[in-house]
Amino acid sequence: MSEPAITARDLTRRFGSFTAVNAITFEVEQGEVFGFLGANGAGKTTAMRMLIGVLQPTSGSATVAGFDIKTQPERVRRRIGYMSQKFSLYEDLTVRENITLYGGIYGVSNQDIATRTGEILTRIGLEHAGNELVRDIPLGWKQQLAFSVALLHRPGVVFLDEPTSGVDPITRRRFWELIYETAAQGTTVLITTHYLDEAEYCRRISIMVDGAIAAMGTPTEVRQAVGAATLDDVFLKLTRPGAAA
Amino acid sequence: MRAFLGFVRKETLHLLRDRQTLAILILFPVVQVLICGFAVRTDVEDIAIAIVDPTPDIATNQLRERVATSDRFHLVEVVPGTQGLELEFRRGTIRQALVLPRDVERKLGRGDSLPVQLLTDGSDPNTGGIMQGYATAILQRWYRDAVPAGGPLRIEAETRLRYNPTLESAYLFVPGLIAFVLTIMSALMTAISITREKETGTMEMLLVSPIRPRAIVAGKVIPYIVLGFIGVVLVLVAARTVFGVPLQGSLLLLLAESGLYILTALALGIVISTRAPNQRAAMIAALAGLMMPTLLLSGFIFPLDSLPWPLQWLSSVVPARWFLTIVRGVMLKGAGLATLWQETLILIGMTMFLLAMGSRKLAIRLE
Repeated sequence: MSEPAITARDLTRRFGSFTAVNAITFEVEQGEVFGFLGANGAGKTTAMRMLIGVLQPTSGSATVAGFDIKTQPERVRRRIGYMSQKFSLYEDLTVRENITLYGGIYGVSNQDIATRTGEILTRIGLEHAGNELVRDIPLGWKQQLAFSVALLHRPGVVFLDEPTSGVDPITRRRFWELIYETAAQGTTVLITTHYLDEAEYCRRISIMVDGAIAAMGTPTEVRQAVGAATLDDVFLKLTRPGAAA
Repeated sequence: MRAFLGFVRKETLHLLRDRQTLAILILFPVVQVLICGFAVRTDVEDIAIAIVDPTPDIATNQLRERVATSDRFHLVEVVPGTQGLELEFRRGTIRQALVLPRDVERKLGRGDSLPVQLLTDGSDPNTGGIMQGYATAILQRWYRDAVPAGGPLRIEAETRLRYNPTLESAYLFVPGLIAFVLTIMSALMTAISITREKETGTMEMLLVSPIRPRAIVAGKVIPYIVLGFIGVVLVLVAARTVFGVPLQGSLLLLLAESGLYILTALALGIVISTRAPNQRAAMIAALAGLMMPTLLLSGFIFPLDSLPWPLQWLSSVVPARWFLTIVRGVMLKGAGLATLWQETLILIGMTMFLLAMGSRKLAIRLE
């Protein structure tokens, strides 16, 4: 439990002359829920894409689950889970078929797939719908299912890219319960969001502005450091200096 | 390997669940054969013809009999003069007229030259050419029989069309259809299915997973290879049972070459999908970039020899052109690999080039 789940040192990514992520440095403990906040285009998603090994950093380094993202991206991929902002299950496959497919891709044994499928369906209350096409189940369940599928191979770190955009408050609440359950079992969660109330649920957050980390710490620490009463004010102060009181 | 098999299974399920598309893909080859066979025939029958015969006699009567009893012609009338023909051509009541000189019998007897005028409706040049050919043939046969033996020595060319003796158009279009059907099924469907995953976001999930991009693509194309083979067999069966198109060469060779062309088409589909941002763009690219050349520059519709040289040159980069030569060779001439190895090598080369290009792009997409 001593080694951090994620470490980033001066991680930088440029697209041409545009610097999307500018020398960010941070560490995430094992079992921590770490929030990546920022306006659209602040570099959250680019940073995450480097950490999950689909985008090469221009400079700097990072390790995820103990492996270097530059030199060992294959190993990183086996040990992480990922859920994108786009809904990413196959609509024309059944719930079970989706679970089996991802289980197979991540090398989970058939026996484990069978027992975990049962667990997932029970946990999110879809026991009756295992053989229904994903297209036919409500969006809230799809989202929870996608999250469970991302955890199917028991990854050490799970990356969630704006997982709650477009779902109702009740489902969002349920979703966060799932996130806490996951973290309690020792899985590290890195989540990007632009809902500031969700940021309060994270143990620590980092606020990105123009590709750099403008503030980092627990929500309370961040509020105190910036000198603002709420995270909303923090956000306004950091993204539009001079505009907020 | 288990991941890969699971992936193939997923692709098969996609294909089987989309009933409409599947039905279209299965019916498509059969419908194409029937449409081309019945509607786009280039054989000409029932040509409405008039004979202008100023002085009827035994010889001209024999000619009239020959024309009237031929399957190709429908003898509308026999008139003494050419006046009125123009109007009938324009109205479309006749499409051809045979204008004989006076005193045919006597001229034949004396061995004089016999100036015969043949008027043909050329508004459709292809049909016109064919009609002219038929009429000339019937005239020559009549002339040969009508001239008394022992006349002056003449050179006669006995013509025979090999590989398609009766000039059946089905022989011409079936090989082209195989190329066409395979291009649609393989290239278009692959391009669409890959870009669909890009659109829905599932491709990103796959790229983040440990499965390799090459395995993703291979898993995607396998169901379409099977579907492509089904397409070829359907076209062959339909062509044989409905139009009696023969298969002179080896079925095994034909299927093997089709397999090769399926790979070429799939590779094209992969290249398209790596460039197209969404399904719509992929579809347009496949239709404009593949279907049109396959139809127009392969020799399927227009003979390559009749194309201007820049287009002839361009046609050599169209894979369907080489595949068409192979299919025609195997089906109609019974040719083997010994004569078709060059075309086969060209296709193999093209496929390898396209696959290399496609997988390089896939690797780049990972940045």
